Amino acid sequence: MRIRLLDIAHARSGDKGDTANVGVIALKPEWYPLIERELTRDRVAQHFRGAITGGVDRYELPNLGALNFLLHGALGGGGTLSLKTDAQGKVFSTALLRLELEVPDAEARRLHLPGAGG
Amino acid sequence: MSRIVRVASGQGFWGDWLEAPKRQADGGAIDYLMLDYLAEVTMSILQKQKERDPSLGYARDFIGAMESVFPAVAQRGVRVVANAGGVNPVACAAAVRDAARKAGVSSNVRIGVVTGDDLLPRLDDLLANGHALANMETGEPLSTVRDRVLSANAYLGAPPIVDALARGANVVITGRSTDTALTMAPLLHTFGWRLDDWDKLAAGIVAGHIIECGAQCSGGNCLYEWRTIPDLANIGYPIVEGHEDGSFVIYKHPHTGGRIDVHSVAEQLVYEMGDPHSYITPDVIADFTSIHLESAGADRVRVFGIHGRPPTDKLKVSIAYRAGFKALGTLVYAWPDALEKAQVADRVLRERLDRLGLRFETIYTEFLGASATHGPLAGAAGDVPEVQLRIGVRGPDKKAVERFTREIAPLVLNGPPSVTGFAGGRPKVEEVVAYWPALVDKGVVSPVVTMDEP
Repeated sequence: MRIRLLDIAHARSGDKGDTANVGVIALKPEWYPLIERELTRDRVAQHFRGAITGGVDRYELPNLGALNFLLHGALGGGGTLSLKTDAQGKVFSTALLRLELEVPDAEARRLHLPGAGG
Repeated sequence: MSRIVRVASGQGFWGDWLEAPKRQADGGAIDYLMLDYLAEVTMSILQKQKERDPSLGYARDFIGAMESVFPAVAQRGVRVVANAGGVNPVACAAAVRDAARKAGVSSNVRIGVVTGDDLLPRLDDLLANGHALANMETGEPLSTVRDRVLSANAYLGAPPIVDALARGANVVITGRSTDTALTMAPLLHTFGWRLDDWDKLAAGIVAGHIIECGAQCSGGNCLYEWRTIPDLANIGYPIVEGHEDGSFVIYKHPHTGGRIDVHSVAEQLVYEMGDPHSYITPDVIADFTSIHLESAGADRVRVFGIHGRPPTDKLKVSIAYRAGFKALGTLVYAWPDALEKAQVADRVLRERLDRLGLRFETIYTEFLGASATHGPLAGAAGDVPEVQLRIGVRGPDKKAVERFTREIAPLVLNGPPSVTGFAGGRPKVEEVVAYWPALVDKGVVSPVVTMDEP
């Protein structure tokens, strides 16, 4: 099944210069391994293709059930140079949560993902 | 019973809730009130104010905040630690002293002032002595913008604040201290941790990171089950209950709104995070992958297990420089075909700017209501009720930016139809003051603590 990241994670984003960071946190600790496996650096880079000019870094924080993504070249120069409404990257969080993951049905049921049935 | 110390966050940035400091001081027992006023570009705004008036250059909100908490400070022993000094901590202290006299509490106010962060007067010496102060993001040497530099301040750590507390200050005013040092210093002072007890220092940093943005860890801007967060109108700001072993509890005063749980704290932990293994500060490098959170009752989260390691031999420097001019104009287009009308207006405007021969470093258009925040990820907007066209320019030529501001209003009568929302008048031209992060050898920066006694 396909599942929106929004339904299994929450997130907060912020800025450091022209880089936006998005911390993605599993809504339940038992969902973190799935997110860690599926929400790869490449998957996130593909999601934001055309929206950012630089690359993507990923860091794992299993202690918080969280991943941290750095999206480089995301903020139109960043800080006061940026002309963007979201010059400080505050809402990249929910932009990332739009991403959809493909999860095997059996795993989705075993993890009691929203909408998985079982 | 083991000792504890309570450090309350009363301000997460300059412009935060004016009520918060007093609510923290009066809502329950606390030992310290921590007020963070400085964002990356705040120093440059303050530097401009100081240029106009040498008695300014600090966060003036702080004076009102102090007036609101004088009873707690003068009578109940609450101590205040704030980086409100900006580029003029001495003038800030004088203003607090003046306010204390007016309030009749001056004899009970002992101010510690931390200076030494200001590198502006020494900038040419530093450059001449081989400190390139290269931009941490681009690698460019500072010499490329030297003639446009407005302010340069090293981020100081916790020890000078601890020194001020040890000398009896009940109000500590700093310039460019790190946000986290404001929280870590009271813990260091209370428990007498060694300056090479890396795990404890790292715990102090993590505590500081969690509460430095005020209510952003206690239910504010919290996405997790946001609809169920109670009574945001009465939101409680966070408090660190620090323990001697380096563990601490995040909580808030009773009968306040908001929510503190592992979800709200985790969201704040990842805010503005880089490499979580290396959260670099002047005093310690904290490892955020070592942090453990557990629920410790209603609106209480216990934080423990934190590891740290020795810091680098550099300090970060916050430099601000003049970087041209910008202006932003907006118009609102109504249904039907609101987005298409806004898009046509954007094309018309750009063609006119082009014909005028105006050159900018960047012209940037957004369509609010359709794609401004999530861009192409938002998908097709459909025939939405309205769209705000928001167009901005930035460049070195002030005249060109000024001319741009004259080109918005005419579109109301000579562009696409169903347009409104120009009540605000012509856009303002704003000077851009940009941020230049750099590193400098620790050895060249010497923090100074002076006491302002009654």
